[in-house]
Amino acid sequence: MERLDAEKGMKQESAELLIEGAGKRFGEVAALDGVSLQVARGELLTILGPSGSGKTTLLKVVAGFEKPDTGSVKIDGVEITALPPARRDIGMVFQNYALFPHLTVERNVAFPLEMRNVAKPEIVRRVADALALVELAGYGQRLPRQLSGGQQQRVALARAIVFNPRLLLLDEPFGALDRKLRETMQLEVRRLQRRLGLTTIFITHDQEEALVLSDRIAVMNKGTIQQIATTTEIYERPANDFVADFVGESNIFHGAMSGPGTVALEGGRTLQVKSDKPAGAKVGVLMRPERFASGGANAFAGEVIEAVYLGTSFKLRLACEGGLELLVRQPARGALPAPGTRVAVGIDPDAIHVF
Amino acid sequence: MSRRVLVVACGLIYLFLMLPILVVFPISLSSAPYMQFPPPGLSWQWYERYLDDPQWIEATWRSLYIGTATACLALGLGVPLAFSLVRGKFLGRGFVERLALAPVIVPTIILSVAVYGIFAKLKLIGAWYGLVVAHTVLALPFVVLVMVAGLRDFDRGLEHAAEGLGASRWRTLTRITLPLLRPSLVSAGLLAFISSFDEVVVALFLAGANMTLPKKMFDNILMEIDPTIAAVSVMQILLVSLVLVLIGRFGRGLSGSAR
Repeated sequence: MERLDAEKGMKQESAELLIEGAGKRFGEVAALDGVSLQVARGELLTILGPSGSGKTTLLKVVAGFEKPDTGSVKIDGVEITALPPARRDIGMVFQNYALFPHLTVERNVAFPLEMRNVAKPEIVRRVADALALVELAGYGQRLPRQLSGGQQQRVALARAIVFNPRLLLLDEPFGALDRKLRETMQLEVRRLQRRLGLTTIFITHDQEEALVLSDRIAVMNKGTIQQIATTTEIYERPANDFVADFVGESNIFHGAMSGPGTVALEGGRTLQVKSDKPAGAKVGVLMRPERFASGGANAFAGEVIEAVYLGTSFKLRLACEGGLELLVRQPARGALPAPGTRVAVGIDPDAIHVF
Repeated sequence: MSRRVLVVACGLIYLFLMLPILVVFPISLSSAPYMQFPPPGLSWQWYERYLDDPQWIEATWRSLYIGTATACLALGLGVPLAFSLVRGKFLGRGFVERLALAPVIVPTIILSVAVYGIFAKLKLIGAWYGLVVAHTVLALPFVVLVMVAGLRDFDRGLEHAAEGLGASRWRTLTRITLPLLRPSLVSAGLLAFISSFDEVVVALFLAGANMTLPKKMFDNILMEIDPTIAAVSVMQILLVSLVLVLIGRFGRGLSGSAR
């Protein structure tokens, strides 16, 4: 009940973000190389990439800590590229939370409101609402160091949303939490974000986290966006080698279309696929380990060179004919195949992605 | 075995350091009219002598306000300097940092003679604010060292967070940065105060007739040796100890370990 009331006070129109041709160089290195992207109102977009991919620079450009050499950032059509961070109205949760250690939880959350000269009684009300929303009512008088990691995380979140920001930025906020707590917090952030309708950008290098949380994912590498798409699109139909390899486990091979619906791999093996690419086109082929079955249009037989038991499944590495090495997941039934065992698997054409 | 040697060695060193204090305390309570150890009897007469002598009291007050003014001025100059040394990028930064620490290296007597030359021309000899200026030069290295250490450890992510949450540069400084640096500020200020309060060489040259406490003590030893000096020493030791306790409680050392 208390939560519902708190929510009503905070629900608001969040903004649409538009980044056009953002570029940023540090000396010889292009940290951002003409990045354009759009985040719809109320959407949660994840920027996924390895360290050094430029995702943190992009975040800093959006938040105003870094000025792009080229390009622009707009919120609701208004250019904010030159605006200092303090005047952007963007809520941010930092990697290490960045809670002010000398202020109580209450004062931490009140900080952005005080900076906006909100009237005292209203500050008190809104801080209480925000703390209720992250289920920390009653913790207001504590100091950050008296809280657990998960609680600190919630305070940081409350502080980032208490002033009804136009945009919420989350910079790898779950990195320091243990696995279980991380999963809880992920779901919680997602729920809160949906309920408040907050336009949100989430930065992470953890592809699993990205799949759990996002509406859409932008995969970054070397300062450019490799692909922006929905989570299923990214996983099932990656645009290139990098995306296919970075998101999830994968078997990636290269070859050329040898006829309608057939690919000749570099090793000589041909595969039946579903693709309308013209004959002769150079293509990449992605087979997800879990898409293999005991039989299918494309059959493989190989010797187990590595077998791992994962509880719900076996993860097998197979050395197949023609020098192909396959990563295969099978439901964990019976005994784990010993190395050296011969195993036959197959995959259907529509489970193979050609790019 | 080796541990016992260590304990004995440390004990001896400690005793050597503490001995003057162990002697000064009883003498300050002596009933004899001259320096004698052990004292033949106990009395408060030397403390009364100190409190009744306007010259002593005047010198004490002068030292207190000169020390306080020195601490304020040294903080006022040293804190911005430390900020620019840690955060600024300018040509000759390393040189400026070494220059700020130079007063530690230059013999105080050399400094005193030099300052005396200038102050004599400017007619600043005997002026309390002249002494404040000279003491600030000596105190500045302490302030810069402590503040630079504090600032190097400072997590600038907190400032970014504050700015991101809507704080201007100024409010970030006053609401976040300076409150978080308070332990360093306390240490720096108190160290600056002590360095002035205890200082005798510069005071000998510049104080003129307006004596500071250390200079008055020095003159007292030259003119008439009586246990008053022991009583004053005891009070000075207690005050400086109190300041050191305050540093330990509210301040922050150079070691980089935040309290």
